[in-house]
Amino acid sequence: MAAPKKGRNASAQSKPGRSLALILIAIVALTGGMFASGHTTPRLGIDLAGGTSITLRAVPEAGQESAINKTNMDTAVEIMERRVNGLGVQESEVQTQGDRNIIVNIPKGTNSKEAREQVGTTAKLYFRPVVATELSGPAGTASPTPSASGSASGKATDKDKATDKATDGEKASSSPSASASSTTQGRAATDALKADPSPSGSASPSPSGSAAGDDSSKLQAAYAALDCTDESARAKAGDGAKPQDSTVACGQNSQGQWQKYILGPAEVDGTDVDEAKAVFNTQTAAGWTVTMDFTDGGAKKFANITGKLAQNQSPQNQFAIVLDNEVVSDPYVSQALTGGNAEISGNFTQEEAQSLANMLSYGALPLTFKEDSVTTVTAALGGEQLQAGLIAGAIGLALVVIYLLVYYRGLSFIAVASLLVSAALTYVIMSLLGPTIGFALNLPAVCGAIVAIGITADSFIVYFERVRDEIREGRSLRPAVERAWPRARRTILVSDFVSFLAAAVLFIVTVGKVQGFAFTLGLTTLLDVVVVFLFTKPLLTLMARRKFFASGHKWSGLDPKSLGAKPPLRRTRRPAHPGPVDPKEA
Amino acid sequence: MSKLGNLGARLHHGEVGYDFVKNRKIWYGISILITITAIVGLAVRGLHMGIEFQGGAVFTTPKNMSASVSQAEEYAEEASGHDAIVQKLGDGSLRIQIAGTDTAQSDQIKEALSEDLKVDAERINADLVGPSWGDQIANKAWQGLGIFLVLVVIYLAIAFEWRMALAAFVALIHDITITVGIYALVGFEVTPGTVIGLLTILGYSLYDTVVVFDSLKEQTRDITKQTRWTYSEIANRSINSTLVRSINTTVVALLPVGGLLFIGGGVLGAGMLNDISLSLFVGLAAGAYSSIFIATPLVADLKEREPQMKALKKRVLAKRAQAAAKGESPEDATSDGSFDEPDDATPAVVGPRDQPASRTRGRGGPSGKRR
Repeated sequence: MAAPKKGRNASAQSKPGRSLALILIAIVALTGGMFASGHTTPRLGIDLAGGTSITLRAVPEAGQESAINKTNMDTAVEIMERRVNGLGVQESEVQTQGDRNIIVNIPKGTNSKEAREQVGTTAKLYFRPVVATELSGPAGTASPTPSASGSASGKATDKDKATDKATDGEKASSSPSASASSTTQGRAATDALKADPSPSGSASPSPSGSAAGDDSSKLQAAYAALDCTDESARAKAGDGAKPQDSTVACGQNSQGQWQKYILGPAEVDGTDVDEAKAVFNTQTAAGWTVTMDFTDGGAKKFANITGKLAQNQSPQNQFAIVLDNEVVSDPYVSQALTGGNAEISGNFTQEEAQSLANMLSYGALPLTFKEDSVTTVTAALGGEQLQAGLIAGAIGLALVVIYLLVYYRGLSFIAVASLLVSAALTYVIMSLLGPTIGFALNLPAVCGAIVAIGITADSFIVYFERVRDEIREGRSLRPAVERAWPRARRTILVSDFVSFLAAAVLFIVTVGKVQGFAFTLGLTTLLDVVVVFLFTKPLLTLMARRKFFASGHKWSGLDPKSLGAKPPLRRTRRPAHPGPVDPKEA
Repeated sequence: MSKLGNLGARLHHGEVGYDFVKNRKIWYGISILITITAIVGLAVRGLHMGIEFQGGAVFTTPKNMSASVSQAEEYAEEASGHDAIVQKLGDGSLRIQIAGTDTAQSDQIKEALSEDLKVDAERINADLVGPSWGDQIANKAWQGLGIFLVLVVIYLAIAFEWRMALAAFVALIHDITITVGIYALVGFEVTPGTVIGLLTILGYSLYDTVVVFDSLKEQTRDITKQTRWTYSEIANRSINSTLVRSINTTVVALLPVGGLLFIGGGVLGAGMLNDISLSLFVGLAAGAYSSIFIATPLVADLKEREPQMKALKKRVLAKRAQAAAKGESPEDATSDGSFDEPDDATPAVVGPRDQPASRTRGRGGPSGKRR
């Protein structure tokens, strides 16, 4: 076209190549990543691929049989569902069976060990003040001299340098190591110990050595006898302790040594945690940690207890984070922590940190469960369903291609190529999301992806129609391609924004399968925009330079004559009827 | 070019066209009729909620069953009259889940199953299962939907205007009601797949309406600066000019779903695939239909109530009457020039056909540059 166009065209010339290269590199990189990860197919949901079925049985606690009721079972189902299905894309199913069983179905390819841990762990979390602590070993070392005890706890806490980080001054962190998945929580015998709000003294050689309370003699005995290196003893430690009681517990320090504790009554508990996240802590080199945000009430309580503790001497200025009766972390406090959040560090692996965060976020189970059976299950939909679906879908897609070919002719090459790119990206990303966030594809999602093809196709149909309209105006192809773009782009963005809004809102608010749907919708909408911007448009710009298209070849789909373009010269005036459908130009 | 291509050209040039707005009462009527049918169907037949929503019974057979999964499914559906989910467990036993059965029914089904499967009834373990799609999921889904609808209406009211937001909302309700109603009439069981299908439709319906509205907005931008067309007439043109796009998009979206519904369903009979593709097929078709036949005419209806548009209509009609009195076609004298000259002072009424002056000045050469 005319001279003023030159600059624009020049920039458009360098751009299309770059965009195309970018998206091709992205596809190659993602595909390479997919093959490198070894997951070359998307994970399929239970309905398509089957999986593992875990049956859990609620274990009655002494004197608490009535706790196994419908309300508690339903709550447990909800919590388990959220734990195994946090993002909603994992396609796990949780339901009650009978009065006291819960079935958890997880699709094939899920880390079933982790899933079993996640559903089976009660995850009762308490923050308790440390009354006394020492290294624990077999009987001989269990009664160290006073000085030894002092140094033992000192040693542990040196490493566990609790911190008020300069950045926020609110994170308490320490690093006694402990497994994130602690074990059972039964209720065999109940210690009749009374709660003693002030750190109660101990007969054991604790460095603080404050006066011993009368009621704590039993606790002292239990503490003295406790051997944390013995697994069965560890499991029984603090069994049946009520939150408002003092108790004994075990935990591992950063050297992997077992340490035993006398702990005061719980001051803050798991229900005070609003949200927990797994974070890789680069500042303190603590590795994977779990940060918790407290609710308003929890934050107040936490500020209170830390304020009190900060005035005490070691080890009574420590508090223990106790998960299912095991101390996972016992940080120091040097001042009241008022920020409403806390950090648990404990030599976690990424998975451990994530599953702990998961469990803390969704709360403790109201009941204790025991694994009853674990078995594989076949797909809920027969294999023939999937096969027939795939064949039918393929036929449908072939029809789409034929339709495009007939209607758009040469242009359909670009349309089909765009569809292929979009399909390839969707496939590869879904495959990659399987191992990373547990994304699993079920039949509704497959159907949704097929509809998404329609929406992707719509984007370039809108664009093609704009281009053809420009040609009908009498423009030659290259300017038509450029002029049609801004308007097509706006339409595409405005309409995709609505889809994306739906995806974002549903993803944030909902849980379970609806959330999974929102995720898929958001993903396909984003891909639609990416493909149209980085592939369809640049490709059309490039193709517009080809003689085949530019000359308006009969088979290019852009033939001005068959599009009914205006004649190059001013047309003759013709009378026309008023009214909306007026034959303006013949 | 193909016939459709010609149609596209003729639609573009306004040679052919259907007066969607003028005939809107017919389409409103048809839609109201369908919607009432759907609501009646819903009220009379109700929705059969699947086991995922209401729970049901689960039967576990002894190990190493000879019957295949599909056989067992057939038996179970025969015995209960409901859809059954059958899974084979690791040890070779079958887990059969059937929706909406209570203890009494469950005993009967157990008997029937034991006969069909040739297993001692005592060896089949029956139990009740709760829903996997519990109240929490449902409540949160409703909550999310509510928030989304509020936000999208606000967004459309800002990006377009409140009349379009309202019309899009009406079209959406229309599509969902029809789909749910047909679901009730056909009598398929509602599964999570159905719900996902409905949500997909919800997204698609809005998407399609927004595409049509975008063209409408563009074409009516400077509507008050001209006196040739009323709002309804321009709205109608806008529909016609995006008609090819609407048809193409609908065909491309419906072909694969239709494939699933007619080929997949035809080969296999009823199944989950059929459930989903039915809801998608009906919903997509309704979504495309409502954008054109309901939403846009509704906007035109609402717009025509605006004083500005009323005044415009008056001016337009007066002008036409005047022209008619003069005994000549109005286009000849006034509008052809004003309409088709890109650098005319009153441009911008018709989108794809003629470029608004601003655009022309900004990017292209003068009109003489045209081939």
